[in-house]
Amino acid sequence: MYETNYTRAKDAADAAKKSKAADDAAYLSGGMTLLPTMKQRLAAPSDLIDLTHIKGMNAITVSRKQVTIGATATHAEVATNAKLMKVCPSLSSLAAHIGDPHVRNRGTIGGSIANNDPAADYPSAMIALDATIVTNKRKLKAEKFFVGLFETALKEDEFVKEISFTAPKSGAYAKFPNPASRYAMAGVFVAHHGGTKAKPEIRVGITGASQDGVYRAKDMEKALAANFAPEALDGCTVDEGNMLSDIHGSAAYRANLVKVMAKRAVAAAG
Amino acid sequence: MGVEGIGARVLRKEDKRFITGKGRYTDDHNVQGQHYAVFVRSPHAYAKIKKINIKNAMKMPGIVGIFDGKQLTGDGIGNIICGWMVHSKDGSPMNMGAWSALATEYVRYVGDAVAVVVGETLAQAQAAAEAVDVDYKVLKGVVSAEEAMASGAPQLHPEAANNIIFDWEIGDEAATDAAFESAANVVEIDIRNNRLVPNPMEPRAALAQYDAAEDHFTLHTTSQNPHVARLVLSAFYQVAPENKLRVIAPDVGGGFGAKIYIYPEEIVCLWAAKKAGVEAIKWTADRGEAFLTDAHGRDHVSKARMAFDANNKIVGLKVETLANLGAYMSLFSSSVPTYLYATLLSGQYNIPNIHANVKTVYTNTVPVDAYRGAGRPEATYLVERMMTTAARQLGIDPAELRRTNFVREFPHQTPVIMCYDAGDFDASLDAAMKASDYANFGKRKAKSEKKGMMRGIGMSCYIEACGIAPSAAVGSLGAGVGLWESAEVRVNPVGTVEVLTGSHSHGQGHETTFAQLVSDRFGLPSENIQIVHGDTDKVQFGMGTYGSRSGAVGMSAIEKALDKVEAKAKKIAAHMLEAAEGDIEIKDGEVSVKGTDKKLGWHEVCLGAYTGHNLPEGMEPGLKEGAFYDPTNFTFPAGCYICEVEIDPNTGVTSIEQFVAADDFGKIINPMIVEGQVHGGLAQGIGQALMENATYDADGQLLAASYMDYQMPRAADLPNFQVSTTETLCPGNPLGIKGCGEAGAIGSPPAVINAITDALGHNELAMPATPQNVWAAVQAGGMKDAAE
Ligand SMILES: Cc1cc2nc3c(=O)[nH]c(=O)nc-3n(C[C@H](O)[C@H](O)[C@H](O)COP(=O)(O)OP(=O)(O)OC[C@H]3O[C@@H](n4cnc5c(N)ncnc54)[C@H](O)[C@@H]3O)c2cc1C
Repeated sequence: MYETNYTRAKDAADAAKKSKAADDAAYLSGGMTLLPTMKQRLAAPSDLIDLTHIKGMNAITVSRKQVTIGATATHAEVATNAKLMKVCPSLSSLAAHIGDPHVRNRGTIGGSIANNDPAADYPSAMIALDATIVTNKRKLKAEKFFVGLFETALKEDEFVKEISFTAPKSGAYAKFPNPASRYAMAGVFVAHHGGTKAKPEIRVGITGASQDGVYRAKDMEKALAANFAPEALDGCTVDEGNMLSDIHGSAAYRANLVKVMAKRAVAAAG
Repeated sequence: MGVEGIGARVLRKEDKRFITGKGRYTDDHNVQGQHYAVFVRSPHAYAKIKKINIKNAMKMPGIVGIFDGKQLTGDGIGNIICGWMVHSKDGSPMNMGAWSALATEYVRYVGDAVAVVVGETLAQAQAAAEAVDVDYKVLKGVVSAEEAMASGAPQLHPEAANNIIFDWEIGDEAATDAAFESAANVVEIDIRNNRLVPNPMEPRAALAQYDAAEDHFTLHTTSQNPHVARLVLSAFYQVAPENKLRVIAPDVGGGFGAKIYIYPEEIVCLWAAKKAGVEAIKWTADRGEAFLTDAHGRDHVSKARMAFDANNKIVGLKVETLANLGAYMSLFSSSVPTYLYATLLSGQYNIPNIHANVKTVYTNTVPVDAYRGAGRPEATYLVERMMTTAARQLGIDPAELRRTNFVREFPHQTPVIMCYDAGDFDASLDAAMKASDYANFGKRKAKSEKKGMMRGIGMSCYIEACGIAPSAAVGSLGAGVGLWESAEVRVNPVGTVEVLTGSHSHGQGHETTFAQLVSDRFGLPSENIQIVHGDTDKVQFGMGTYGSRSGAVGMSAIEKALDKVEAKAKKIAAHMLEAAEGDIEIKDGEVSVKGTDKKLGWHEVCLGAYTGHNLPEGMEPGLKEGAFYDPTNFTFPAGCYICEVEIDPNTGVTSIEQFVAADDFGKIINPMIVEGQVHGGLAQGIGQALMENATYDADGQLLAASYMDYQMPRAADLPNFQVSTTETLCPGNPLGIKGCGEAGAIGSPPAVINAITDALGHNELAMPATPQNVWAAVQAGGMKDAAE
């Protein structure tokens, strides 16, 4: 690891100020992604600005169906928050299956979505839940926030403060883990947002599989709006041309997994 | 005898320190004046070193020296050698290329060490290593064994034309060909044994100390055989004469073979300590370095044909194997695909004619050497995939075909050197079939199919060879060392005992099992017995631990030394008790005259030996005896493994529903430790069968170079193993031990793959059977069905 300066931000304004003042700052949350990268000497920020000591930034609030999750809430906190489990068990369950206990007790939702790893779990949920990402500067919809592989709409010195969404009527996440890393090789979050009988509102977010990172599967949404059942997806095709291909899975295999996981998610969402 | 004697489930004495974090591994040792080494490694698979510029790096804070290969060879440090001579079938010796501990002209694999940076702190050395500027001319390399032999392939070593190290054969080719001509049926398979990264929990490390006043070196290192390391470091690499070099292998966190060899880093740290004029240099591999530089395992491509007569009796086996040995020949690399592999191609069967041709080649990959099982897993994989494939083609039950061909008379001379001394192959097959409820598999399959799942069952009847001995025999086959073992039993004046052994424990539990021998012999509690190993200054010369030899060979040496101690103690006691030597009995810590109430405490006899006040005339005082034990043959553990799998055809995920192991390890000293060895071996074998694969890209970059891409077996991937043993004693050593350290890894991969191919209904499956590979095989099977 290269030498770096470590500081704790007192509050949001302090965090932004410290970031601006530094040569090449990086925000630090759980450090589960950033620290290994630094240890491998692949990242060399001059300053680390730790967000996790900002009071209240890890709060999870649920008011009726309205959910707000602070950016520094750990995966373990999301997985075990009783109120959240009640209104949106699919998200809690997603968090409960990220990495291992160590990762879940350090890693944060803000760090995960800011990192936008194409194999990370949360981004698919953000898309399917139609979440709003609240930064220290603005609010933007998840679909606008995730730009590409490891790329978000975040600008210099900007950081994620919280995310908010309305809990869906029902939803589920089905993940096929990479056999080695246990990140998603195909993770499909299906959320049924109600809507009207004639026009049910379904959103499907898919992670792990595509060359462009997390994406919204509109064709699946359409098929599911007509019939919210696994077999409704039989007619959908997943374009192999857009799929990632690596030693763990060819594009064809990933395309298959996307469909299989989508069906499993629909079955689980009921 | 007793609760801590032979056969008792004594808890592992060493676990207290291991599981409380109190183990003392190489990296836990720190000394005065300690500096840190960081190696500059090649990022290219094959390149010519044009220039190494250290100017900027040398100016960085804390740097005391940066050295390269030219300086190393200039100082007379010898090349790294392969210690087992194998001759090609034309009689020519193997074509060994030069391997300098730091590359001089060419780098030949990603990770090849080019220079070493010595700094006061690790961070300083890392920073300077990054500033070393190596100018490479990148060359086109070669990764797979097939490509390496192709015409026009890059030539990696001038000594090895067409990259071929040797072209070796075993068995009678003409007789085997003749047997095929008269055969009723011939079965063929093409198989690949995947390349593995050994992954011991503790990465390799070295702490090299140099005492300038005495011109003496001490090396703490992660070694399975510290004496051999000292011998080789001194005799071949000319680091220091043996009497000026102490090698200590303290607690070692797993080896699996990868810590047998003497690697560049140990050599360089010793040499560089003196060269840089520092008291000590420490190097500890990080996990990335472990992936890139620990000797890999396996990597065979084989074609095999088996011939049967009309009664399904095997009449011949012909094998062609291509083994990838990587960029350089590691210490025992030549023996693994030859004498440790092809000598076991007879399996548990009567096969009158066998011929195997093995070619080994250089490629631009990490050197390949012995890894848990070393050659025997490759042989077992070939023979047992063949037997199951043959059973399917011949239309008979796989168990039946095996029984038709089992060896039942011992000793049994195979056509490939090995002479099996004892065994009962029916017994282990019966036990495994019973334990797995083999008969009712059909019902379970039907249940799975109802759920939309596929189910298969597979078996593997393995035999392997342990002990690697006797010395004269391995010597005649090309081994550069003898393969005996030594022991010294030192009884202290108070009756406590130290056993000094040339075996080395790196997870096997020797401190427990070896003590059980002493406990059994004299009825002493195990806390009175200390096992000492891993230090060339303390222990007489020894050969170390690999090839499951510590029980059969190491413990036999202890038995011999105990015989001598017992004999002397009896003489002393007879004299003290005024009785006949033959009437003395040692039991439960007491020494008594049979049939009388005359007795002494064990400690009284021991004290008597050391006071020397009342010894038989002419007897030397003291109670300490040594023995060197050289066995008469290999030992032959054997057994039967049955694996049952369920496959999700939608995702290709294979779940192991049950795994049954019935092993014959001969005499068992501690059943709990044996079970642990089997569990670990099975986990590794299942890892090879389902998950592990050291994949390279075409440019020679290791793609599976971290746990993000290299899948290791996790607890949740494994079933509750059902293990049991049957027993035929090994006639070749005093205890009747066969060895159990590798069997699990040797016997299990074919059982798993046979189960999966059973479920698939065809043989088109590459190992490892990852979800992607199985899914593709399911698809291929589906297409076949559609086409039919
Ligand atoms: C062994 C292991 C297994 C894992 N398995 C999974 C898995 O199965 N699924 C999965 O989804 N993830 C997995 N992860 C990743 C894990 O979820 C991380 O927690 C996550 O990717 C990053 O979160 P963090 O809080 O640790 O962020 P950090 O590592 O602290 O930061 C990550 C990046 O985001 C930036 N950042 C951090 N917080 C903010 C913020 N609030 N606003 C803006 N930028 C910010 C940092 O500067 C850095 O660039 C795994 C990680 C490990 C080590």
